[in-house]
Amino acid sequence: MEPEPPATPPPPPPTPERRRFLSRLSIGLSAAIAAVMGVPVVGFLLSPLTRRTPRVWRPVGRVDGFKVGETVNVAFEDASPLPWAGVTARTAAWLRRDDESHFTAYSVHCTHLGCPVRWVADAGLFLCPCHGGVYYADGTVSAGPPPRALPQYPVRVNNGQVEIQTSPIPIA
Amino acid sequence: MRRLLAWLDDRSGLITWLRHALEHPVPPRTGWWYVFGSATFIAFVLQVVTGIALATAYVPSSGQAYDSLRFISEQALLGRFLRGMHYFGASAMVLLIGIHVSRTYWMAAYKFPRELSWLSGAVLLLLTLALAFTGQLLRWDQNAVWSVIVGAAQAGRMPIVGGELARFLLAGDTIGGATLSRFFAFHVFFIPALVFALVGLHLMLVLRHGISERPRDGEPVDPATYRDRYQEMLKREGVPFWPDAAWRDVVFGAATVATVALLAIVVGPPALGSPPDPSILEAYPRPDWYLLWYFAVLAMAPEHLESIIIILGPLVFGAFLLLVPVFNRGERSVRRRPWAALVVVFIWTTIAAFWYAGERAEWSPDFSAKPLPASVLGNATPEDMEGARLFHSKGCEYCHAIAGYGGKRGPDLTAVGGRMTHDQIVARITNGSPSMPAYTRILRPDEVQVLAEFLVRRR
Repeated sequence: MEPEPPATPPPPPPTPERRRFLSRLSIGLSAAIAAVMGVPVVGFLLSPLTRRTPRVWRPVGRVDGFKVGETVNVAFEDASPLPWAGVTARTAAWLRRDDESHFTAYSVHCTHLGCPVRWVADAGLFLCPCHGGVYYADGTVSAGPPPRALPQYPVRVNNGQVEIQTSPIPIA
Repeated sequence: MRRLLAWLDDRSGLITWLRHALEHPVPPRTGWWYVFGSATFIAFVLQVVTGIALATAYVPSSGQAYDSLRFISEQALLGRFLRGMHYFGASAMVLLIGIHVSRTYWMAAYKFPRELSWLSGAVLLLLTLALAFTGQLLRWDQNAVWSVIVGAAQAGRMPIVGGELARFLLAGDTIGGATLSRFFAFHVFFIPALVFALVGLHLMLVLRHGISERPRDGEPVDPATYRDRYQEMLKREGVPFWPDAAWRDVVFGAATVATVALLAIVVGPPALGSPPDPSILEAYPRPDWYLLWYFAVLAMAPEHLESIIIILGPLVFGAFLLLVPVFNRGERSVRRRPWAALVVVFIWTTIAAFWYAGERAEWSPDFSAKPLPASVLGNATPEDMEGARLFHSKGCEYCHAIAGYGGKRGPDLTAVGGRMTHDQIVARITNGSPSMPAYTRILRPDEVQVLAEFLVRRR
């Protein structure tokens, strides 16, 4: 007959203090796990708020390509496009040659809700297709819901090239 | 086979649980008004299934999504059908959850003890709208790009945090490579995960509290007695959910799926617009039908109220949804809660009216307006010809119509000579109005005269 193994006494039940400690430990550790996973995710999602896009000058054409008094649509590329942005990296402005050496660049975004305004050359008005906002040729509001004049973008002439400075979409 | 099932049930408990769920007694005579919740769920499942299929070919990259959508729509086997299913499935889900919420409110099914069912359903309603909006954006064409901008511009109206919120939505200063990937992740992972969790809770609550019985006049909900009364009623006249009540859910769900499939075949998915190039300005962004009414609200709101509507509107709606179950006792019958009927009718009528207005969008200038043809001008004098020319070239016709030619933003001028004098017309052209430019800065005085002469002869 095999000898009986020595009986081990059952472990004493945990005291209430120990239970409280163990549950606090578990809850605390779970919270720590959630934080380790969650905080970087939230930070990652919010990163566009802290990332400041540089402003760069983009050439949009030679000075002599623009007629004095004419307002035309020019397209150029965003400041620092991601390689996979494709055509979404493109942006536009309404550019007017005021005289020999001066240009004005207007935002294409209606100040009402950001829709693309169109220049109606014969009437000398910017019209918004969404809710019918109208601006005079100088960008001031002439009718409809827009709360503010069309913003202007910095524009300069550099080595015979007209250059527009990239800007955020004007919002609020 | 039987032994295998018995083993499975012994080890998992699934079959017992399922039998319990299917056979649990439900109130009799619930009728067809009770099918919309399950139909919403079926529409959601349809969205998950077709969405996963589409995701196997869709490229969530700002630069390539458009091309992958063209591939899905034009070349991939069944791609057009699946896109159609996903679009009309989304439409069905929005519509059905709207009806389901209205029915629940109409019959006061949110009262004790089903307050949490209402609250989880309210969040599901908001999540469904979020899915609808983000899904529309994944159709990454010109309309989507401008819709993101318009959405960001609305977020930008929020005080203090508006600018940051807009940057968060755009994922930067402008539309770009980061924009679409984020909307994609929200649309296919984040929001659906929340929907799954809340649907689970919602169904669990249905099993816990049972389907609400049809309300009857003079049977107010009293938390002290409701549960006992409900259980007694179930014992007395309850019927098993399967198949006594479930058959209607299945029939209506099948009809829903069949309708969606039929529309996907016959009508097909919404056409892709121009490429998502923000420098192409011939754009006319507008939301899909289920948000068109909101587009109209923004167009028609008085200017000084607009920011308030953009910011407070959703907050008031959210607060309404949150507060409904606070009134969790008392009569359920709509005949004893006439204001509840008013609320439902008011909301549906308002949405329908604004939807209709949004469909017509008369506030938008008509950029395609053609010069007035000879048939309208008749035996025109040279002065009239010149007036008609100015009427078109100076942009009047974008907003004003004559004999059906032109926009509808401003008053129709077909017979303006009958209601305004020459001087009044000159004054209006010169000074404009809040919704019309002052043409003194645009037209020479002699042009104003020619135009006014032309208009005063429109009778």
